[in-house]
Amino acid sequence: MIYKVISKGEFKAFIDALVQNNSSFGPRKVDTGSNGKPIYQFMPVKSVDEIEFDYTVTHSSAKHFFLPYRDELSHFNFSDGNWEQEIRYEAPPIILIGLRPCDINAVNILDDVMLHGAYPSPYYLARRKNNFIIGMDHLPLPDCFCHSMNRHTVNHGFNLFCSDIGDSYYLSINSSKAFNFLKEFKIEEPTYEDNCSLIERRKNIKNSFETKIEVSGLPCFLDIEFDSPIWQKWGDKCLSCGSCAMVCPTCYCYSVEERFDVDLKGSTRQNHLYSCNLVDFAQVTGGHNFRPKTGDRLKYRYYHHYRGFAANDNQQICVGCNRCGRACLADINPKDVINDLRLERESCMICVLPSPDKT
Amino acid sequence: MHDMRFTIPGQDLNREPFAVKIPDFQKKSEVMITDKGYKCRITNIVPLSGLERLFQLRIIDPLEREVFNFRPGQFLMLEVPGYGEAPISISSSTSNHEFIELCIRKAGHVTSALFEARQGAFVSIRGPFGTAFPMAEMQGHNVLLIAGGLGIAPMRAPLFWINDHRDKYRDVFLLYGAKEPSQMLFTYQFEEWKKVSHVQMSTIVENPDESWTGRSGMITALLDEFTFDPKETYAIVCGPPVMFKFVCSHLDRLGIPMNRMFVSLERRMHCGMGKCCRCMVGSTFTCLDGPVFDYWSVMNLKEAI
Repeated sequence: MIYKVISKGEFKAFIDALVQNNSSFGPRKVDTGSNGKPIYQFMPVKSVDEIEFDYTVTHSSAKHFFLPYRDELSHFNFSDGNWEQEIRYEAPPIILIGLRPCDINAVNILDDVMLHGAYPSPYYLARRKNNFIIGMDHLPLPDCFCHSMNRHTVNHGFNLFCSDIGDSYYLSINSSKAFNFLKEFKIEEPTYEDNCSLIERRKNIKNSFETKIEVSGLPCFLDIEFDSPIWQKWGDKCLSCGSCAMVCPTCYCYSVEERFDVDLKGSTRQNHLYSCNLVDFAQVTGGHNFRPKTGDRLKYRYYHHYRGFAANDNQQICVGCNRCGRACLADINPKDVINDLRLERESCMICVLPSPDKT
Repeated sequence: MHDMRFTIPGQDLNREPFAVKIPDFQKKSEVMITDKGYKCRITNIVPLSGLERLFQLRIIDPLEREVFNFRPGQFLMLEVPGYGEAPISISSSTSNHEFIELCIRKAGHVTSALFEARQGAFVSIRGPFGTAFPMAEMQGHNVLLIAGGLGIAPMRAPLFWINDHRDKYRDVFLLYGAKEPSQMLFTYQFEEWKKVSHVQMSTIVENPDESWTGRSGMITALLDEFTFDPKETYAIVCGPPVMFKFVCSHLDRLGIPMNRMFVSLERRMHCGMGKCCRCMVGSTFTCLDGPVFDYWSVMNLKEAI
């Protein structure tokens, strides 16, 4: 990693040159929410003026550039009594501008899941390799809890990372491609003052987290509390709509579906992102549903996020962006659920009475 | 004006080392081809009962036919182009490289489409996926095979295996139960298993009719027909999810160690590769860590059965 400093004006010129020559996506204001605050999304950008560098956080995450809602896996071409399968792994190169550290961490977690193990996904790899990620740090929103998940800083998984230090950006250059691009622009070696202000900025970000969740030992808690009535309580609130999984930067569960083309001369196998909260997620042929209750499905999602699965070495995949909490129509957010779970157990541990009867 | 200096070259697959370890997709030997299926021709269709048929498939490409090796208990993803994929357990002999046999019940979207297909139609398979019954570990022991209903389909592969290596195993028992006599599958093979494979076999039905002369009741009732040393016995249990619980707890009472009972779990896999999470049991995947689990693991997994 090479560290450089670039002035904000020069940085804009650099981004402009990059944006004009490549298909690029950056944060743009798309709407205003019911609370009067702007809603940002990663949208195609054509010039630097369209990008909101001081945005708070996007409503959807950046995962859709790697795992689109619908993705063609293969295509079957029919010809009299026979067929041919055709697979394309191509992905056009794109530039992603303004990803937050938690977004980049989420992509790193997806790398672990999709590219490791016995069957790495070529579809994901093609997309992941053909992009150029420019990250930017930000002051957290009141409900962010990235710090609790230890995902508020990022060390790899980006090409270029910019920290705002007043008049200029402190750049962490993580790839030769980024360094070659920057050669054309005026970049300076960081001075002592620049280093100090970077550390000051880091401290400032770390201290501005208002929401804290205690996640130490949470996998064990989740195992112990598997039959807890807490799940039913929150499950009764859940509408099973799947909004949380759609905005989550690390939810990757999908469903595979096959459709005939309109001209009936072929068919397409495609995957589309799914949510474990949807009612038929664990349903098998014949109609048996392994998780028929809303509470079971909600529990499953928390299990995946805070306990982790064997596929990614049992690490917690939540990055603490609280997008799911913001998107939830029933006002369920991880902070409340986890604190609820912990309080119940810890109060039981303190009191000398036996644990209350489970229903 | 297009300035080429700032353009990212397309398909720049192996240049930037983002992720720590990335397989080389150009080298075919390093990565199993999992998205492209092996094209098969349906060579024979045997009707077994009202709902089940035995499909015999032959992989067209001779090289692919040689490459497709599986172990008893594994499954494959059967693709009917245009309709979709379904996970099907393989019920043919592992030593038979020429043909693959699949015992399929007409139940869902894909299998209904498959039942429309005639001999000579082309389908595609991916796989094999999943874990297998530890046939090597069972050598020198008694083997107890307990199948309920369609559970006889994955049981055929271990039966063929035992027939191929019959001298390595001690007493082999096959207990087979079905709901009704008409739902008994592979009745034409019973004599072969008894006389050629030297399997001690017994059948039972839950709801007998006039034609049925054998026993009726629950499958665990058959266990008192045979004498075996539970300490020296391995058990394989296949059947509907409700069956596992009472059969395995019965075997546990008999004294068979929990890690010597193997069950084959059923989930709806969509990818077969541990990516889509549809077949998740507790914190493991049915497609990667299963479908064959020992009963001890199943007891430790949440919401497995």
